[in-house]
Amino acid sequence: MTTKKKYPEKWTELNPGCMVFEAGSAKAHKTGSWKAQHPVWDNRKCIKCGVCYIYCPEACVSRTEEGYYAADLEYCKGCGICAHECWPGAIEMKEEEV
Amino acid sequence: MAKRVGMEVAIAAAEAVALCRIDVAAVYPITPNTHIAEHLAEIVADGKLDAEYITVESEHSSISACCGASGAGARAYTATSSQGLMLMHEILPIVSAMRLPVVMGLANRAVSGPLNIWNDHSDIMPQRDSGWISFFAENGQEAVDMSIQSFRIAEDPEVMLPIVLNIDGFQLTHMIEALELPSQKEVDRYLPPFRPLATLHPDKPVSMGAYAFPDIFTEVMKVKDSVLIDSKKTILKAWDEWGKQFGRWYKPVETYKADGAEVLIMTMGSMGETASIAVDELRAKGVPAGLVKLRLWRPFPFEEFREAIKGAKVLIVCDRAVSFGGPGGPVAAEVKSALYNDAGRPAVLNFLIGLGGRDVTVENFKDILEKGVQAINKKPAGGYIFYGVRE
Repeated sequence: MTTKKKYPEKWTELNPGCMVFEAGSAKAHKTGSWKAQHPVWDNRKCIKCGVCYIYCPEACVSRTEEGYYAADLEYCKGCGICAHECWPGAIEMKEEEV
Repeated sequence: MAKRVGMEVAIAAAEAVALCRIDVAAVYPITPNTHIAEHLAEIVADGKLDAEYITVESEHSSISACCGASGAGARAYTATSSQGLMLMHEILPIVSAMRLPVVMGLANRAVSGPLNIWNDHSDIMPQRDSGWISFFAENGQEAVDMSIQSFRIAEDPEVMLPIVLNIDGFQLTHMIEALELPSQKEVDRYLPPFRPLATLHPDKPVSMGAYAFPDIFTEVMKVKDSVLIDSKKTILKAWDEWGKQFGRWYKPVETYKADGAEVLIMTMGSMGETASIAVDELRAKGVPAGLVKLRLWRPFPFEEFREAIKGAKVLIVCDRAVSFGGPGGPVAAEVKSALYNDAGRPAVLNFLIGLGGRDVTVENFKDILEKGVQAINKKPAGGYIFYGVRE
């Protein structure tokens, strides 16, 4: 089996209409480097309600083994929706270090 | 058997679309496309066609609904005019990039402002680079035939591109013409069922309209261009088969008395019939005049065009839209560009005529052709003329 290329090398190798026939292929493109801020959880305030998990438009927030929540920063865009929605105020947006 | 009927062209176009057994119609009524929208809605409401007629709140939505429906695997149709097409503009290149074979009937109408509901081609010309196949119908019969041909060409696996069929507003849409409506059996024989490349279905997930980074975008544009150029092969084949089945033949560039003509006049759409009468009258007087009609606008039929105008000394291009502050009419600009490398090219005269429904008569075409005769063997003046403008 040949190794799968990330991109077609030639224009003739593109799928018609650039259709992607593989589900979940966005996972191959790590787009987290765009962000200017990232969320930081204070688990002392977290009540494990999962609102951040539900609201994350990138679906990059997931539940940890202890039942708290964390964002996968390789995909997080730093939009701050989780921090905005977190009503116990457990999430703080921090500037990216340059 | 085909039925010979006397019918308004917009109604006949809707009947033809219904014969194509569309699954989805999303049409927002706007003059002069309204009768297409209304009649299709009537056919669906009467239960004569098993289709979903989506009543949308705008043309941006009608084309978007067709885009989604086509992605889901439905045969989808929309129609519009003028401002409606301008509102669709954002979605047009997306439909072609996604290779969705939506068919649109465009009842051509002048674009505002000032507000004007009458016929010219200023609505389609700004959409030129949207990646759609673009046809012009000359009369009611062609509007019927080409509506049916459009689905077959658009849905061909080698093409999979949307098609816009230009039907001059009022001059065609509102005329009652004697025409032949093919039977359901005949259309079924010509038009196979739609076989989409993929469908939006949770059992077999696909992404349509995915994001493209700069390192792939150029390749995508190359494909889009190449597929549109190559679609001509399928168009020619579909027209050939139409001719064999129905006895009416279609070519990318039609000519009338062009053999041996020193002066050729070039039109698109309904004006061809009027211009042909002027050619007849001048030919009877011994004037070497002929007519060239451009049916296929995109992809531009370069070879057929060069062949059609071969030997002419003067080519008069009649544009029904203005490229303000530019080279004149959009068609003339393309024609000149197509001829640039040909050593024996004719002089090109450009007249802007029939703007916003201004009538163009046989006498006008005779006058224009006479001006062409006067230009034989003279240095071409260049530029363009607003024909008949009051000074």
